Amino acid sequence: MPHDHHDHPHSLLPPDPALRVKALETILTRKGLIDPAALDEIIDTYQNRIGPQNGARVVARAWADPAFKAALLADPMPLLTELGYYGRQGEHMVVVENTPETHNMVVCTLCSCYPWPLLGIPPGWYKSDAYRSRAVREPRKVLAEFGVSLPEGTAVRVWDSTAEIRYLVLPMRPEGSEGLDEEALAELVTRDSMIGTGLARVPA
Amino acid sequence: MTRVHDMGGRFGDGAIAPEADGIPQLGDWQARALALTLAAGALGQWNIDISRHARERLSPADYGRFSYFEKWIAALADLLVETGVLTEDDLRGGGAAGVHPLAERAMKAEAVAAVLARGGPADRPSNVAARFEVGQMVRTLRPAANRLVDGGHTRLPAYAAGARGRIVLKHGSHVLPDSNAHRLGEAPEPLYAVAFPASELWADPEAPGDEVVLDLWQSYLEPA
Repeated sequence: MPHDHHDHPHSLLPPDPALRVKALETILTRKGLIDPAALDEIIDTYQNRIGPQNGARVVARAWADPAFKAALLADPMPLLTELGYYGRQGEHMVVVENTPETHNMVVCTLCSCYPWPLLGIPPGWYKSDAYRSRAVREPRKVLAEFGVSLPEGTAVRVWDSTAEIRYLVLPMRPEGSEGLDEEALAELVTRDSMIGTGLARVPA
Repeated sequence: MTRVHDMGGRFGDGAIAPEADGIPQLGDWQARALALTLAAGALGQWNIDISRHARERLSPADYGRFSYFEKWIAALADLLVETGVLTEDDLRGGGAAGVHPLAERAMKAEAVAAVLARGGPADRPSNVAARFEVGQMVRTLRPAANRLVDGGHTRLPAYAAGARGRIVLKHGSHVLPDSNAHRLGEAPEPLYAVAFPASELWADPEAPGDEVVLDLWQSYLEPA
């Protein structure tokens, strides 16, 4: 029943990855199972339109508006849906807040689950064996490789995304950001700060 | 009883290479592999748990040597043949010509935005009553293994098997991947976020107050 095969069908396709993808796309297109224009559209969506700027807008608003932040932490889905950030791989969001006491960090050790509507597709390192294997066991060493060292007294809480819940880290608002409007605040929010492997930028 | 994808806590993988901020840019064939996999999902011949399991049950040798999107494309080819959408002859380049019976389901360019926006929620009504409350202590099953299908899909990582933790969130009832990945039904049941002290999971934890939180289904847990 787990369908183990010694001769997986994929080995019938050309071994070179670019040729393998091309061959499969050609076969499926010929049979009318794939519309190449739909593939172009999917690629355009995730290479040019949906990305961490979405999450940054949410974080900036949470920093600027205490009522929005409280609602976001309590149940983000109504707010995210209203903002147009509901969608594939973001159906069940939970937002976790970084504080001086707790630093949150997100991983998916079993695959590469990630909040696509808010952050787009994951960076290569998020999907790497090194991040998946190490983030749960030695998050502080992993953070050091991103240039992050936490103050004494801050505990690390690593969220391993083992179900369809997707986690977004609400980073701490940086010193010196008082008086900035939401647009300026969003510029301080990096992708990695919303995964928990980075901190928000300090304004120049 | 575990598979090669279950790598949380493993030693030996080396350093992590951070990347520039912004939207990660894929190579041409990697982007094509991503889009092809999403578009093929619209044919409706499998669910997300079946597709995850298809990647996990690549042979350990293939899983190790394939890059990320090579895993996706290999698993997609395997699924297309296993579900009868394509034949092995098709993959060899010699299959039947002509339009496929499933062609009417092919995702059209103008439908992409709506399909991605619709998503695929996994919460479901369930008649399985919640056994645990926030703050309650629980212990995970050991070994970490699918209890319905030997060698089957599960979302309890090996590193968290037999560990004692505390319920921190109740997520409602969600589709059980252990069942859904094997076409045994969605079998929804309560899902919880469970926090484990690092000292419960690792021989040499980095800091005593650190925690790892996992989302775990009720059938993975016993009171502790």
